[in-house]
Amino acid sequence: MIQLDHMARVVLAGCALIGLTGGALGTFVVLRRQSLVGDVVSHAALPGIVLAFWLTGSRSTPALAAGAALAGLAGMLAASWILRRTLLREDGVLGLVLSSFFGLGLMGLTWIQRQPDAAQAGLDRYLFGNAATLLSQDLAWMAGAALLVAGTLALLWKEFSLLAFDADFAAQLGWPVRGLDLILTLLTVVVIVLGLQTVGVVLMSTLLIAPAVAARQWTDRLGRMTLLAGGLGALVGVLGGAGSLAFARLPTGPAIVLAASGLVLLSLGLGTRGGWMWSGLRRRRQRREGREAVLHG
Amino acid sequence: MNGPGSLAVEIRDLTVAYRERPVLWDVDLDVPVGVMMALVGPNGAGKTTLLRSILGQVAPASGSIRVLGGTLEEARQRIAYVPQRGRVDWDFPVSVEDVVRMGTFGRLGWLRRPGAAERRTAREALERVGMSDFARRQISQLSGGQQQRTFLARALAQGGELLILDEPFQGVDARTERAIVDLLQELRGQGRTILVVHHDLQTVPDYFDQVALLNVQLVAAGPVALVFHEANLRLTYGGRARDPERLPQSAPVAP
Amino acid sequence: MSPATELQWIAAVAALACALPGGFLLLRRQALLSDALSHSVLLGIVVAFFLLGSLDSPWLVAGASLSGLLMVLLVDLLQRDGRIKEDAALGLVFPLLFSVAVILISRWAGHIHLDTDAVLLGELAFAPFRRLEWLGLDLPVALWQMGGLLLLNLGFLLLFWKELSLSAFDSLLAGSLGFRPALLHTLELGLLSLTCVAAFDAVGSVLVVALIVTPAVTARLLSDRLPAYFVWAALVAVLSSQIGWRLAVGLDASIAGSMAVAGGLLFTAALLFSPRRGWVAGLRRERAQRRQFARRLLVIHLHNHEGTPQEAEECRLAHLSEHLNWSAETARERVDLCLESGWVSWAGERLSLTAEGRAAARQALEELPLQLAGAREEGLLCPWPAPRT
Repeated sequence: MIQLDHMARVVLAGCALIGLTGGALGTFVVLRRQSLVGDVVSHAALPGIVLAFWLTGSRSTPALAAGAALAGLAGMLAASWILRRTLLREDGVLGLVLSSFFGLGLMGLTWIQRQPDAAQAGLDRYLFGNAATLLSQDLAWMAGAALLVAGTLALLWKEFSLLAFDADFAAQLGWPVRGLDLILTLLTVVVIVLGLQTVGVVLMSTLLIAPAVAARQWTDRLGRMTLLAGGLGALVGVLGGAGSLAFARLPTGPAIVLAASGLVLLSLGLGTRGGWMWSGLRRRRQRREGREAVLHG
Repeated sequence: MNGPGSLAVEIRDLTVAYRERPVLWDVDLDVPVGVMMALVGPNGAGKTTLLRSILGQVAPASGSIRVLGGTLEEARQRIAYVPQRGRVDWDFPVSVEDVVRMGTFGRLGWLRRPGAAERRTAREALERVGMSDFARRQISQLSGGQQQRTFLARALAQGGELLILDEPFQGVDARTERAIVDLLQELRGQGRTILVVHHDLQTVPDYFDQVALLNVQLVAAGPVALVFHEANLRLTYGGRARDPERLPQSAPVAP
Repeated sequence: MSPATELQWIAAVAALACALPGGFLLLRRQALLSDALSHSVLLGIVVAFFLLGSLDSPWLVAGASLSGLLMVLLVDLLQRDGRIKEDAALGLVFPLLFSVAVILISRWAGHIHLDTDAVLLGELAFAPFRRLEWLGLDLPVALWQMGGLLLLNLGFLLLFWKELSLSAFDSLLAGSLGFRPALLHTLELGLLSLTCVAAFDAVGSVLVVALIVTPAVTARLLSDRLPAYFVWAALVAVLSSQIGWRLAVGLDASIAGSMAVAGGLLFTAALLFSPRRGWVAGLRRERAQRRQFARRLLVIHLHNHEGTPQEAEECRLAHLSEHLNWSAETARERVDLCLESGWVSWAGERLSLTAEGRAAARQALEELPLQLAGAREEGLLCPWPAPRT
């Protein structure tokens, strides 16, 4: 049994928490085909972090996270406003918003770094993530976010599942579809923002997508997929975090991405839902069942 | 309440415009309670827009709509809706029964989870469309006809007095089409009102008792025997309905 | 040339070289492919660097282009059997390749000048120090590179203009005419990877997408025709590079970041003030259309009920607000509009159509199908949908 010191425990717990919430929420992101939206939010958060740092002069998690959340949300709303009001397509608009906001963030970052009196160091960690900078109080925020996400998903499970599957039908039932959509978006922004310190702006979206895609290969039920994605997210978080602790100069973000990608590959190969191993068998069975269905109705 | 002779849908002077361009223009339409009505017209005639207006998903530029004798908000729980099949992701991780159970969500209200009663409703609805054997199946493993039956079962689980279907026969095999029609006619027999966007002119006289011909404006509406004739179809489709194959052979001639 | 002027030239030429391939990429709805490519090429650069031990080799470019191709192939493979949707496949593959590259750099190449900061920020500021003398001209290497790339992209565009525009518009048709859109697309991707590699040196991996996508998106708001679209994209590219450069100098901030911000600002300006598609023009046009629409709505309503038994009932002001579901005020306004244009007149309590109004109603009715077709066509062209009334 390896003895873990306090810092290591904090790092691993943080990575696990962010993987858990990111994975569970990522289920809805992936199913609603918003995989690239996570990328936009995380990139757009950068100017908010820089601005918050410049205004408060502190590197405390709550201040920077608030800035990041506001900027990420602003980027997301800007993109959806442009999409609604013009006939520009999603790919172009997302690319535009992502790069403009990120450019603004880099401008601010370089500007701050060149100020003579700045207590600057440390903002870089938001680019690729550095779990080693996690503190015990950061953990409290992450646990809070995890509770918030779990609680909201549990309470509004029926609503969110219908929204993701068939938003038109939800609207016909008289549900406030846009309000529900906004709640889900806000939760996503919160998780992304809290993940930035660990995984980094550039790679945060993988933590949303990969566990959900992997989980989808093992189950056909939404509930199980969400739980499994949460579990797998925690697993890759811990693997990545442990990797970056064990090896010097192994940034946490890329390490987590590596672990998550491996998991996706494994699930694609072995997953019960048409993994490459089973697909031959299954295809034959389906064809037979399809014939019977036509014959017997 | 709504006895025979009263109206399930009452549309007055309805104009709907996107960007101030008319999609529906000054439409008056009555759908009596207990009929099965086809909504027919060329592509872009505003059929789906009309349905969406009835469901309150489109804000009209002018005019009013009353549903089951009240406003839409009052009637919402009594309407069941079957959207076009292509509008959802059939690879979504839910089972057939999950989808059908969604029909009960409207009655459940906020935060409450579906329980045993909802499960029973869903099972019964599946039974009626002949899909009981598929209840546990993931929806991507269904044929087009089975997908449509699933949607229909969801509408049954909604349990509305007014059933609205958007192109239910699109991409469906002949057997399923027949089964769906039989079921709809049975529901009509129980006093429900059924409004269907329909494409195949041939089958209108067989399936429906009333028809509305729409091309931005309402061309005609009423019993099939009275309004479904060549002159009206020409008005509705312009030159495009001249193809004799597409017109019913037995279409009555205008009086 | 002073180093500052050289920098300005490099920025402008790089922006221009990137904007051209971005044009067709956007029309194909694959703008985010540039983001994915610009991240993926890093792996090729790093691997080639490890094999060769040098950053100045044409093999670096080859390696980078290969890794771009690898990314495209992987995405294609992942989404082929339908278990992973396109957006998720793209979102999985390029972070993976990028992560591998970042790990390689930070673990084994941390001491040389290929570091993670350079990857993100680019190093335009150092470009004037690396020089090459050729044909008697002593210019920065970056300027030679970007200039060559610009010529290459421009040549490709002009040479295959017809084929490119056809296959962007309708790839099936292009195929049936024997233009081999797949081959063309592969060539395009190859050029795009090359562009990403070169631009990567200048602005870093994240902001390549700004140079490639932003000018095209902005140009889309300013023009409807293909040649004009490309001219606008080029203009926007050059303009944003120059504005960005001034911003960077003024604030002592990252040149790449400033260029991206300048592009965003230009886009915002176009979004608000484009003469045909801007927000302001849209509001104005909407208002004019609403008036015209309101007048027609009223006269057609009157026309439909003219000579019917309900005429006396349907044509009273009170009825209009009740049955057309207009507020009393709206009804009044719209009636006034029609009175103004001489389309209706009062006959006691009742509104009646004048001869002119009747003609207007008939004309409107005849135009309905045309208008509808027009609306559909224009839906593609005019980006401002009406707010709900």
